[in-house]
Amino acid sequence: MEESLFLVVLITGLVLVCAGLGMALLLSPKSFNAQKGQAYECGIPTHGTSWMQFRVGYYLYAILYLMFDVEAVFLFPWATVVRSLGAAGLVSILFFLLILGFGLAYAWKKGALEWK
Amino acid sequence: MLLEISHPAELYHLTNWLDTILQENLPEWGALLVKFVLIGVALLSAYAVIALLLIYGERKITAFFQCRYGPNRVGKWGIIQSVADMIKILIKEIIYIDNVDKFLFYAAPFFVIVASMLTFGAIPFGRGLQAVDFDNGIFYVLAVSSISIIGVLLAGWASNNKYSMIGAMRSGAQFVSYELSAALALMTVVVLSGTMNLSTIVAQQEYVYNWNIVRGHIPAIIAFVLYLISGHAETNRGPFDLPEAESELTAGYHTEYSGLQFGFFYLAEYLNMFIIASIATTVFLGGWQPIQIGVEGFDQIMNYIPSFVWFFGKAFFLVFLSLWVRWTFPRLRIDQLLNLEWKYMLPINMVNLVVMVIVVVYGFYIK
Repeated sequence: MEESLFLVVLITGLVLVCAGLGMALLLSPKSFNAQKGQAYECGIPTHGTSWMQFRVGYYLYAILYLMFDVEAVFLFPWATVVRSLGAAGLVSILFFLLILGFGLAYAWKKGALEWK
Repeated sequence: MLLEISHPAELYHLTNWLDTILQENLPEWGALLVKFVLIGVALLSAYAVIALLLIYGERKITAFFQCRYGPNRVGKWGIIQSVADMIKILIKEIIYIDNVDKFLFYAAPFFVIVASMLTFGAIPFGRGLQAVDFDNGIFYVLAVSSISIIGVLLAGWASNNKYSMIGAMRSGAQFVSYELSAALALMTVVVLSGTMNLSTIVAQQEYVYNWNIVRGHIPAIIAFVLYLISGHAETNRGPFDLPEAESELTAGYHTEYSGLQFGFFYLAEYLNMFIIASIATTVFLGGWQPIQIGVEGFDQIMNYIPSFVWFFGKAFFLVFLSLWVRWTFPRLRIDQLLNLEWKYMLPINMVNLVVMVIVVVYGFYIK
């Protein structure tokens, strides 16, 4: 039941975009002008493409994010049952959290968290 | 039936009534089909109406923060201004840009809208008003709401415009960073409530002293504040609006979008603001539960107010807080923004999680 409801919501979202775009295409005016299709960079003619190498700082954060997000995936099932596990659950996950904490501390010390 | 004593004026009376009528008059698959269509229509209209209300509310409240009148020409107090804006955006031309990656450019709004719609469907708006109720609801909400960043990155990349590119990259770094804090703050509550099912979480918080923010006292309040900050940052608003900082990047990742395609990004931004507020309401502030203090007569009176009114009241209060923050603080620099997350909020969150586990395991929470 929940899975089919999920599909209903998904289709609702798709219908919203499709119907909106269809309606806009029907209602909106259309005109052609060679300059209209140019990239908008504040009136100055575009210089080259923007599909190029980009600064690596963003990717560093993405990699760090990946590490912590996978950790979150592991922690959620634990968080659901920790109440019944009691102190044993806390102790066993502390190692995991400590290793992660060391990981963050290492990245911090290495300067991965500095925006240069 | 509509005058039931304990909960009059609840929408579940209407849905139950519809359900019985459909069951009696149609074969099983037909009833199911009609119900699915009705759910879709209800979601769509709620989505549109909430967006219109939020846009009007934001413009008006912003105006009062800045000692202006705000919209006041279209209708009494400008009430139908956002309807007029919606019609205007529908009849604007959708401009075709020459050098974009066509497929990705047109796919991007789908990601953004579908992600916010999927999250929207999982919110319990009131007694029996929840479209999708998975057992791992919180996990589901976190998972589908992070799809929207793919749309933003696609929009920025496909536009072939330097402003869009920079905006999308900033947005990506910001979103993924603050996603961690949001996940860990919600995890703190999962530890307290022992379930990820959103309707069970609401059902647990029947009285005010059972609300998760009161029940988990110090760690829960810290988690609440951290969740509000990270949610605020995820929606690219207020002091965290670097991805679309007007004075530097024109409009950020949606610079090249025009007409309704831009409208979709705008819509999703407002809905995401509401979604963050409603998840915070559901998880921390008792969801649709009215303010009940365990005194018979008082609880009875509070129950006369329908549950969805309570829900929207709490959620819009949090939206108001977010507006307040937006118009109070100046914009951060990108290094300050990332430092705030990685050097302050993430370590605090991890320590807070351990504190919450200690509180729960040794029974220090309010029972």
